[in-house]
Formats: sequence, C-alpha cells, structure tokens
Amino acid sequence: MSKSPYTTGLKDVVLEVAIKQPSEYSTGLIRKIELLSRVRVEKPLIMIGLNTSGKIAGGDRIKMAVEEYVSDRKLDVDVSETGAIGLASREPILGVQLPGRTRILFAEIVEEEVPLILDDIFHQIVPKEKFLGQIRHDKLDPWMDVPFLDEIPFFALQNRLLLRDCGIIDPLSIDEYIARGGYRGFLKAIRNYTYEEICSIVLMSGLKGRSGNGFLTGEKWKLAYNTSSDQKYLVCNAEESDPGAFMDRALMEGNPHQLIEGICLASYAIGATKAYIYIRTEYLESIRKLEIAIESAREYGFLGHNIFSSGFNLSISIRKGPGAFVCGEETALLASMEGRRGMPRSKPPYPAERGFHRKPTVINNVETLSNVPHIVVNGPEWFDTLGSGHCTGTKIFSVSGRAKHTGLIEVPMGTSLESVVVDIAGGAREGKKLKGIHIGGPSGCLLPADKLDIPVCFDALKDAGAVLGAGGILVLDEKVCIVDLVTYFMDFMQQQSCGKCIPCREGTLRMSEILNDIIRKPLDDESHSSLDRFKSLMSLEKLADVMRDTSLCGLGQMAPNPLISSLTYFRKEFEDHIFDRNCPSNVCKELRTYYIDVELCTGCTICAKKCPEDAIIGTEKHPYFIVSEKCTGCGICKDVCKFSAVFYN
Amino acid sequence: MMIKIEVNNRTVQARKGETILSALGNCGIHVPTICSMAELSPTGACRMCVVEVEGQEKLVPACSFPVSEWMKIRTHSPRVLRARKTNVELLLSNHPDDCLYCERNGNCELQKLAEDLNVRDRRMRGRKSKLKSDHSGYGIIRDPEKCILCSRCVRVCEEIIGVSTLDFVNRGSNLKIETAMSKPIGFSNCIDCGQCLINCPTGALIEKTEFQNLDHILDDKEKITVVQYTPAVAVSLADEFDLKGNADIKGVMNAALRKIGFDYIFDSSFGGDVVVMEQASEFVERFGKKSNLPMITASCPSFVKYIEEFSPDLISNLTTVKSPHQAMASLIKTWFTKLNHIAPEKVFSVLITTCTASKYEVHSDESLKSGDRDIDAVLSTRELIRLIKLNGIDVNKLETEPSDGPFHATTSAGKLFAVSGGEAEATVRSIYYLIEQKEMPEPRMNKFRGSRDVREVSVETKQGEIRIASVSGLKKAMKILEEIKSGKREYDFIEIMVCPDGCVGGGGQPIPLLESDIRARIRHVYEIDKNETLNAAHKNSAVRKMYEELARAPWSKESKLLLHTEHEEIKVLK
Amino acid sequence: MGKTEEILNQFHQVSRDVLIPMLQAVQDECGYLSEEAIEKIGSHLSLPASKIYGLATFYNQFRFAPTGKFHIQVCNGSACHLDHSISILKELFKHLGIRDGETTRDGMFSLEVLACIGACGQSPVIAINGVYYPKVKAGMIKDILEITKLKSS
Ligand SMILES: Cc1cc2nc3c(=O)[nH]c(=O)nc-3n(C[C@H](O)[C@H](O)[C@H](O)COP(=O)(O)O)c2cc1C
Ligand code: SF4
Ligand code: SF4
Ligand code: SF4
Ligand code: SF4
Ligand code: SF4
Ligand code: SF4
Ligand code: SF4
Ligand code: SF4
Ligand code: FES
Ligand code: FES
Ligand code: FES
Repeated sequence: MSKSPYTTGLKDVVLEVAIKQPSEYSTGLIRKIELLSRVRVEKPLIMIGLNTSGKIAGGDRIKMAVEEYVSDRKLDVDVSETGAIGLASREPILGVQLPGRTRILFAEIVEEEVPLILDDIFHQIVPKEKFLGQIRHDKLDPWMDVPFLDEIPFFALQNRLLLRDCGIIDPLSIDEYIARGGYRGFLKAIRNYTYEEICSIVLMSGLKGRSGNGFLTGEKWKLAYNTSSDQKYLVCNAEESDPGAFMDRALMEGNPHQLIEGICLASYAIGATKAYIYIRTEYLESIRKLEIAIESAREYGFLGHNIFSSGFNLSISIRKGPGAFVCGEETALLASMEGRRGMPRSKPPYPAERGFHRKPTVINNVETLSNVPHIVVNGPEWFDTLGSGHCTGTKIFSVSGRAKHTGLIEVPMGTSLESVVVDIAGGAREGKKLKGIHIGGPSGCLLPADKLDIPVCFDALKDAGAVLGAGGILVLDEKVCIVDLVTYFMDFMQQQSCGKCIPCREGTLRMSEILNDIIRKPLDDESHSSLDRFKSLMSLEKLADVMRDTSLCGLGQMAPNPLISSLTYFRKEFEDHIFDRNCPSNVCKELRTYYIDVELCTGCTICAKKCPEDAIIGTEKHPYFIVSEKCTGCGICKDVCKFSAVFYN
Repeated sequence: MMIKIEVNNRTVQARKGETILSALGNCGIHVPTICSMAELSPTGACRMCVVEVEGQEKLVPACSFPVSEWMKIRTHSPRVLRARKTNVELLLSNHPDDCLYCERNGNCELQKLAEDLNVRDRRMRGRKSKLKSDHSGYGIIRDPEKCILCSRCVRVCEEIIGVSTLDFVNRGSNLKIETAMSKPIGFSNCIDCGQCLINCPTGALIEKTEFQNLDHILDDKEKITVVQYTPAVAVSLADEFDLKGNADIKGVMNAALRKIGFDYIFDSSFGGDVVVMEQASEFVERFGKKSNLPMITASCPSFVKYIEEFSPDLISNLTTVKSPHQAMASLIKTWFTKLNHIAPEKVFSVLITTCTASKYEVHSDESLKSGDRDIDAVLSTRELIRLIKLNGIDVNKLETEPSDGPFHATTSAGKLFAVSGGEAEATVRSIYYLIEQKEMPEPRMNKFRGSRDVREVSVETKQGEIRIASVSGLKKAMKILEEIKSGKREYDFIEIMVCPDGCVGGGGQPIPLLESDIRARIRHVYEIDKNETLNAAHKNSAVRKMYEELARAPWSKESKLLLHTEHEEIKVLK
Repeated sequence: MGKTEEILNQFHQVSRDVLIPMLQAVQDECGYLSEEAIEKIGSHLSLPASKIYGLATFYNQFRFAPTGKFHIQVCNGSACHLDHSISILKELFKHLGIRDGETTRDGMFSLEVLACIGACGQSPVIAINGVYYPKVKAGMIKDILEITKLKSS
C-alpha cells in the first residue's frame, strides 16, 4: 500500500500509543508522544491557520511569505498548517514554537510583517503588539509579558472540549491526533464493548443532537440498532446549511480525525458498515482534509475490513452536496444522496427505520459525532458533569455580525447567552449599543439584549420562544434594522423552501411579500395603505400558526420563527415602518422620500452629479428636482448639498 | 389484521398499516385531498388532508400517516378546518382568478375546495403569478399560472405513462412544472396522451381546442361538414348525460350531431373494421414469413409517437395500417365523396374522440404527406358535451337516428377498439378466419377482458400457435417491450394502448375520470358485443363493398396506398 | 470518445446514486451542463432528461450556460447582509448591467449570490474567480472591476 505523505511512517509507534493504556507507556514512548503531538519540538515550528476564513483573510499569502523567509535563509524549521483557533475576527493567525518554549500566536498579520515577526521571534524577542497569546505548558518556557490564551477572556470563559486541539494541531496528521489521545475510544469500543453497549453509553451520557432538534442521540441509535436489516448506514450531516453557522466546518478543518473517530463509533454502535459524509461542495478545505483523514485512517487500519481483528468492517465515503439549504433536513439529504431533488418526505417512517435506499440509516450532525470519542473515552458520567440541567456536554456557537470578537465559542450547556455574547464575544463592537441577538440560523429567533439571561439549553430557549438551532449567533447592534433582517431571513427561506408543500411554499412567499411591502417603496397599487400593511402583518401571525402546524418539514414549520419572535420583542420597529414609514436605524432607505427645497437650492448641480440613480434633474443655477420614482433614498444628495437644500420625510 | 381507532369520538375498525385516509374512507368520512392519487404512493405534499391526532404535536397528513391501535383522530376540528382553509387561501392568493374564462370552470378542484371550505373573503393578497402559457403542442396546452404544483401530472407521466416529460424544476417560489431543458411542450418528448391533463385538478393543463370556429363552418353553406366519432365516445356519453341503461346511445348521438348541424355523421367503428381487415392480412403474411414479429398495433397515436421518439428500432414491428379514424377519414375524402359527387376540398371533416393524441396525429407528418389533412378538426368527448350544451340540446328527449352511409354498417369488432384488449380480440377473430377459413368457435374471449394491464392469449391455428398480448398503460408496455427485446418474452401480435384501460380512459374524456365510470363504459362495450350478431370485421357488408369498389382487397397495392402509412423516427430530448 | 463519455466511464457504478457526482464532474470539466451532456448522462444511467434537468435546477451548483471569464460571487449571508452586501450587489448590477445568475454579453463577467462564503468575520465578502475581497464597500466595486478587466488584457 502506498504511504500517504501525511503520516510519519512511525505507524507502529503510533499504534502502540493508541492501543496501550497511558499507564503502560515507557519513558521512551512518552518522549515520542511529546514529539508527535508537538508538545515538544526539536526544531522551530511555524503553524499557519489555513482554515477557510483564515485563507480568505490572507492565510495563503502568509504561508508563502513564511516559506520564502525560510528558504531565503535556509532555515531548518517545520512549516505546517492548522485549523481555526476560533477567533475569526483576528485572522490570519500565525503560531511559532521554538524548541523548549511555549507556542506563541500572532493575529491579524499581513504578509509584509512576516519577516519582521519571524526575525524578532527567532532572536527570542516578542514583536510588539502583534501577539495574541501563548499556549500554556508547564514543561516549556513561557514568553515574558505575553498573556496565556487561557487568561484572555475570549478563551478563559470557554470550555473547549471539541475545539481543544483546533488551531493547535496539524489537521492533516493522524499521528498528532493519536499522540493526543485519538482513536483510543474507537479501539476501546471494538475491543471491549458490544454494539449495544456503545448505544447505551451514548444514551446515558445524555448527548442530544447538536443540529438543533435536541433529539437524544443514543435513542436514535437504538432505534436503528433494533431495526433488523442486511445493511445499515450512517450518514454524517455536514451540510451546515445555515448562513452564519461555521462550527461544523471548523471541526472538520481543525480536527477531522475527531469526526472520523466519531463516525467509526456511531457506525459500530448501530452496526453500519457504510458511512457517508454529506458535505456541501463549497467546503473545499473540509473536503480536502476529510479525504486525507479517511485515507490515513484506512492506512492505519481504523477503516476497512475486519478492523483490528474485531470482525467489524467500515468504509467512509464523501458525498458532495450541490447546494440547497433544505438538504440539511435528513430526508431531503437522503433524497439527494439517492440522486433526486432534495425534497423532504413525510415521517414516519423515520430514517433510522427506513432511510438511505430504504435501509436503516442514522443521520447525525458533525458536532454531535465529534462528541462521541470523548464520551467513550471518559465515560457518560463525566460528560454529564459538563453542562447542567437536562443538557449535557458543551455547545459550540459561531458568533458573527456586530460582535467585538467573532468566531467560535464553546461553552458548557447551561451557560447563559449573556455570558457567550457579552463576556466572551465582547458585546457589540466599536462601543455601539447591543440591541439583541439572532440565534439559530435563518429559522431561528431574535432576542433583545435584556433577554439574554437564558441558559444555553434546548428547553429553556424553547420556553423563551427561541431555538438553539445549530448554534449560529448573529450579534445585532443599534444600527441593525430588525424589520430588514427579518425580511432578509424570510426572503432566504422563501428561496430555500423546496416548494413541495403549500403552507411553506406559498406561506413564505406571502410573508416575504408583505414584509417587503413594509420596508420598500410601494411596488404597485396592491401594496396598500398603512392600515392594510398592518392588517397584513396581523394576518401573518395566524398564517404562521398554520405553517407551523401543517408544513411537511422543519423548514416550513420554523420559517416564521424570526418574524414571530421579533413581533414579540421588537414590535415597535414594525410599527415605525408601517405607520410612520420610518426606519429608525436608517437601513430601509427606500422608505424616505427625498425632496429639494426650491427656496434653498442654488442649482449648483453637485447632487445631480453624485446621485447614483440619476434621479435628480434640473438646469444649472435653477432649483433642482428629485424624480421620486427613481430615487432609492440613499441620501447621498443630502450629504453632498452644501446649501442644506435636501430634505426627506 | 383489524385494529380499533377512534375517529371524532367514535370507535371504528381499521386495517393495521393502512393510512388514516383509507381508514376514513371506509367509515364514510371525507377529508379533502389534492396531491394524493389512488393508484400511486402518497407524497404528503399538499397538506390539505391534515387531521388532528392525539399525541402528535403537529397536524398529520391523513394520506400518508399510518393508523395505529386506539389512535384518536379528529378530522374536522376547528384547528384542522382553519389549517385547510388557510392553505386553500394561500393557493388562491396568487391565483389568476380567471374562473369565468377558465376551461375548468365548474369542475375545478380548487374552486370546489374554496367552496367547500367556505372561503368568502380575500384575507391574503399575493402578487399574481405571471407565467406564460405554452401553446406549442397540438394536444395539450400548459397554463402554469393556474398550476398548484400538486405533481399529479408529473407522477402520472412518470409512473403510469412512463415517458417522464414533465418534472418539477427550480424550488421554493420558483417551483414550476416543466419539460427537460424547459422546452415548449410541443418540442418535448410528450406523446400527447393527455393523461396528465385528465388528472390535473385545475386548468393548468388543458387540451388544445379547435372548437372556436366550428359554428361558422357548420353555418357555412359551401362546406360539407362530416363528423365521425370513435366507439369510446359513444359509450362515454351515457354516463355524462345519465342516459338510462340500454338506451341506443349511438342513435341519440347521431340525432344530436345532426341537430348541431353536421351534414353527415359516421361511426368510426367502420374504420375499426377496416383496420382489422388490413392488419389481419398483414399479420398473416408476416406470421407466415416469420418476419417483423411481434407485429404491434398502431391504432393508438400516442403509442406510435412513443415508438417514433423512443424506440425507432421497433418501427418495423408496427403495423403500417392507419388508426381507425384516419383510415375512415381517408375513405371519407375518397369513397364517400365519390359516391356522393362531392368535391373533396369542400368537405370539412371532424373527428370526435376520447383521445388528445389524435389532435397531434392529424398534424403529424405522415398524415400530411398525402397532401391535405384528412381530418380538419378534432374534438374531445368534453368538447362534444360542450357543443351539445351550447346548442341547447336535451339529449334525453331525442329520437334515435341512424348514421350515414356508406359507412352505416358496422360490427361489434370495430366497437371493441374502445377498450384495451378489444382491438386484439377483434383482430384475432379475423386472423383466425383468414387462416382457418371458418369462424372462431368461441369468438368472445374472456382472457382479453377484465381489468389487468397485461393480458395474454394464445390461439392454435393450422399455421401454428399465435401468441397474443394486449397491454394498457404505456409504462407497463415499456417493460414488456424491454423483455421482448431481451428475449424474456415472445409474442407474435401485441396490442398496446397508452391509456390505462384503453380509449375509454383517454385524455379527452369528461373530468373527473372516475374508476367506476370507466368500468361502466367497458361493460357497455362488451354488452354491445354480446348483443351484436355481426361480431367480426370480415362480416361487415359495407366493408366488403368498400373493397369491391375502391381498395380491391386488404393488404393489396390499392389498400396500402389508401389505408397505410409510414412511421419515422422523431428526434427529441428524452 | 468525447469528454463527457470519458467522465461517465470513470464511474464504476451505473445507478441514480452517482447522478449528482456525475453532473458535478461534467460541470467541473465543461463549466456547465449542456443539453448534449444531459442527454448523454440520461442514456448512460437510463434516466429521463426531465429528471436530470429537474434535479439540476433544484441545486445551486448547477448551471446551463458557461460562466463569464470572471465569475463574481457575492456573499449575502446573514453577516454580510448586516454589512450591506445588497448595496454591493446593486453596484455590481449597475456596472455590469446584469443580474445574479447572468453573464455579460461580452462573456467577461458573470454574477452569483451566495449565502455565506465562509468568512463572516471579514464581512462583507466577494470573490472573483476564487480570489477573495474581504470587507468590501460599494465604492470599491468600480475599481475592483477595472483592475480585474486590466488583468485580462
Ligand atoms: C431545514 C432544515 C435544515 C437542516 N440543516 C441541517 C444542517 O445543515 N446540518 C445538520 O447537521 N442538520 C440539519 N438539520 C437537521 C437534520 O434534519 C437532522 O435532524 C440532523 O442532521 C440530525 O443530527 P443530530 O441528531 O446529530 O442533531 C436541518 C433540518 C431542517 C429541517
Ligand atoms: S416545509 Fe418547505 S422545505 Fe419542507 S417539504 Fe414543505 S415546502 Fe419543502
Ligand atoms: S437619495 Fe440617493 S437616489 Fe435619491 S435622489 Fe438623492 S442621491 Fe439620488
Ligand atoms: S446640491 Fe443642493 S444646492 Fe446643489 S443643486 Fe443639489 S440641492 Fe441644489
Ligand atoms: S383553475 Fe380553477 S380556480 Fe383557477 S381559474 Fe380555473 S376554474 Fe378558477
Ligand atoms: S360566481 Fe360570483 S364572481 Fe363568479 S360570476 Fe357568479 S357572481 Fe360573479
Ligand atoms: S400528455 Fe402524456 S406524455 Fe405528454 S406530458 Fe401529459 S402525460 Fe406526459
Ligand atoms: S399542472 Fe396540474 S396536475 Fe400538474 S402540478 Fe400543476 S396543478 Fe398539478
Ligand atoms: S389509448 Fe386511446 S385515448 Fe389513449 S392515447 Fe391511445 S388512442 Fe388515445
Ligand atoms: S438544561 Fe438543557 S434542556 Fe434544560
Ligand atoms: S392529500 Fe395528503 S398531503 Fe396531499
Ligand atoms: S455571511 Fe458572508 S461570509 Fe458568512
């Protein structure tokens, strides 16, 4: 078998690490483990965050600059890539680890700075103001005046279980994963536990599906386990279709083997011999890394035939989803895998009984599966101690929008949203006032700033009229218009509905039309008076009930969420738009009708020249005039008029 | 196994595993449905059939939700009614509201739902959908504005007809029903069978009509208007007008058509007899030479189009004889005009049929090759009914009248063409006679009757055993043809009808097309055969006369010129 | 053997399961799905063209006409929306004279709207032929287009 370039060739050592109990490790082995896991390095190590957002922020250029620096100076250093450490707003991130010293991370660097930073650090000088922090390790020398990551509020208040190694290890290296304890859970399972025992362990741990519905994972597995069939399947749902959700991607790019091991365990638990990862095509980096990870796992014998003589067989293949939000829904996903339009079907029967090719199929989310190795290694009781109430373990949030720090935040279940949004993400950025958050993706809910004391937990959020969803949080500051945002989500849902059932297809369209009437200029005679607009809005609440009650799948059932929650918490903003035709945050520009005061206008022509819509006409030195049909309300004319002749109402 | 469930606080029996909808049907409770179709598996798409089930958080679709022991169901609670009504209102909110101008005015399921659910004010107003209708085909017109996306057409076309012309394209509010690459239907692989339109709940799929100018032509003294009607039309009129039991429907129809103003009225079953004569002779020749077997009938224009598009390698297996009405039309323009000293170009020839594909057939290349179209206008059964109503005719008060010569003599053989299995049965009678020179001892063959989609019969003759099959529903036929190609089955003669049950279930029939009506029509056809003493084409004196005066003999040079046609491959995206 | 056939023959499986991977492979190679390609895939897998077309129109990835020389992707994910990606899009509409899903007459530019490119921390984001432009403003669009055009000559 050809050796993959991503393994060290120390397969035997690595497997010894995985198979033996840590107590049985010899000192020589421990030393090897330290090197493999890069807790200790023999030569300088430079690690660049090459996750998707890191790349977009310029990671690739940083990598080139580093490589150029190294080859120019003929230095003997290791250059390696890593995933996202989670602080997206400060990317790209570069880490340097010198022999004997802790790893130090630099943030928001540009390629020109690379030589300066590396010059400094190789001379044991900490370059000023570029560092993010250092990673604590008691056996290594720390850097002076550089905070440890676990002292920075963003990291200090998190409990990074799944994200622990993301942004630290080389995701392409199976050795590094194993040296840090990986695959031990899977080996333990196939050697010591029956299928059913793994189901029970996961059930006991209380792990709930992280995609948002909060269904007990162990229960789903048991259903599939108990359905007899000649073939069963496991599907990892890596569609991550919510815009603004990127935790699954981070897990796949930052620590793909953690997911692969989770898939192995889940497949074992239900007796599936074929597993699929259904992943959206746009996730090129994730796909690349997963492909390498699957290949390495096969090379080491974690996948294939008769795995470690256990009699268990497993293969994992990747299916690229061609892009449709609704394909995150499990039955639509299966339709897509079978080569059909991704339209959901009615349940029952549930996929665990009749799924892919009508065989029992368990579908689990990436984050759910990534939890499993930890549960198997540390036991269900340990998992229970994380989290609180009915919810065990941790939850990863992807925070975007107007937060001071955006990125990934992993906290124990039961932590308050306030602590996630304000304490960890730093609240609104640039000193703006925090208006609220939107949680749970396009079918999620809006919550005002004063309602953030809710704990992160499926039930508590539901009680507050919100949902946890996949864990996307959009932070909203005072400049955000709620009506505009709700319209945006409704437009999104309306485009993403599969169109199969009437309440969802027609309901989302009606809702989107009515909302657009509220935030836009009337399109035609049918877009009524303010009273009509108000009545339409009121009818939406009733329509929402029917959509929730009768839609075939979660998309239609949850599509009214943003609207309904914002009508509860931000009603006034709707009323402003409807009755006063005013957008308090000045986002819905079309609501304003601009006009020029003939008395004040000198005919200087400036506004006509600057108007992007060519909506201003007139003759020089005479008062100008705005053609209101053309005007989009951008307000540029008002800004540029030196004579303050432009007004709006 | 029977279980007990509770429906609206009443305990009723249900079969384990059946859907709520079917259980409700058994206990006489009606819930509205749009997307569910009797023969096909449920999609649960429209949500019109939702009911309340205790313990379920959401309403559940009755059509796809299985019953379970002691399930408590409420079918018409306020919550359910409100949901159904809202969903209908949603459909109406962007509907074109063209009822008064709509083909389906009066038998539209959407209209009916709105009425049943007491929709009385317009609480939701959406932007009207503005989509262009597609008039490119000869058989059917698509009016996507009125489409409510129930996908019945898609499923019929895929699962029963099997050509899969239509599918959903796009998603969400852009969801539409279209052909491959969004081609106009006239340029698609549609075979014009009309099964989609007869299953469409609304006016989104309608037939192309040549109805508009008819009254002018009927009024035009210069034109000689002749009309022929196929046997399936006659038996279908009975249930539409509620004509009692054994009434002579044909006689009533003749009278009605004459009242409407047609100058000559013919029964196409004469054409059926001619087709039998021709294809029996053709078959005997092929059977003797063992060439191009199995011979496949070509009376169903949809099927011919299917072969030309999808399976040109089977063209040589088709009989070359025209369809009965085309053969008839050819004889009208030749024999009839000659006998009556009429200039053929003065004749305006109308066909009334249950078949939408005939609307295409009369335009297709083969029938134009001879110069003019032999048939100038094709009306469906539906259009005939409309014509009768338009002319204020009360059919129940009409005296029966005979049809016109020279085609007045008919046999029950030609009538059998109305049902699947009938053409084969009729043809076998004459094949037997040709080979054995005597009548079949038992000409009424039950093996050709009954409601199965595939019927097999084998007949012993001097020349050997003739293996015959009759198939209805193209999807089924495709499978059989595949099996023939791969050698799994062997036949000598096959009759294929695209529509399930044959022409009595054709796309031009009154809507809704109910199973019970179809069964009644089939019964009627066999009744005619039972009561008719002349039950084989070769016994038709007028047909014999036709050969004497015009076409010499079946399968002769003269008859080939007049009564046969060629089939050519059609290239379309499949 | 044509390009499409070559791709189709790379698949060992002949079932509907591989339809999407096949379409993806053909589109990767040819840039779009032509009528001929759909016909070929259809006869290869014994699937009606309408089903393939119906499927392809369901998903964002598939297109039936070639993209422009420069394919512009505009993120309209939630973070980018908050940062006014719509005004960027409008600016592009104006300068290119096309809407999303279209290609300019000279075949130079095509436009696509995405829901989240994957760099919400850098919103709003656009990408031209895979090169990302983080934190763009509507005012920058004209220059970006001009520079892109220069690159092509
Ligand atoms: C409209 C819709 C979109 C969904 N999108 C996703 C998704 O992108 N990723 C995901 O893992 N689950 C998604 N789900 C949930 C899945 O249907 C399914 O419940 C989930 O994959 C089960 O995984 P879990 O039990 O591990 O949470 C979606 C559900 C709906 C209704
Ligand atoms: S709820 Fe929406 S997405 Fe789900 S099946 Fe119905 S139309 Fe499709
Ligand atoms: S508001 Fe903008 S669009 Fe309207 S006139 Fe002024 S500059 Fe033009
Ligand atoms: S900029 Fe002001 S003063 Fe000048 S033309 Fe415009 S409105 Fe008049
Ligand atoms: S389809 Fe039905 S509801 Fe629509 S216009 Fe026609 S008759 Fe009226
Ligand atoms: S049904 Fe009502 S709307 Fe229609 S024509 Fe009669 S009165 Fe007018
Ligand atoms: S007429 Fe027949 S072939 Fe044509 S679309 Fe309708 S069902 Fe399909
Ligand atoms: S055309 Fe008719 S049958 Fe087809 S989906 Fe539309 S409404 Fe239903
Ligand atoms: S079976 Fe009869 S009605 Fe149907 S397409 Fe064939 S000829 Fe026409
Ligand atoms: S603590 Fe999570 S459900 Fe209550
Ligand atoms: S009839 Fe049940 S959902 Fe349509
Ligand atoms: S929303 Fe634009 S990159 Fe995520």
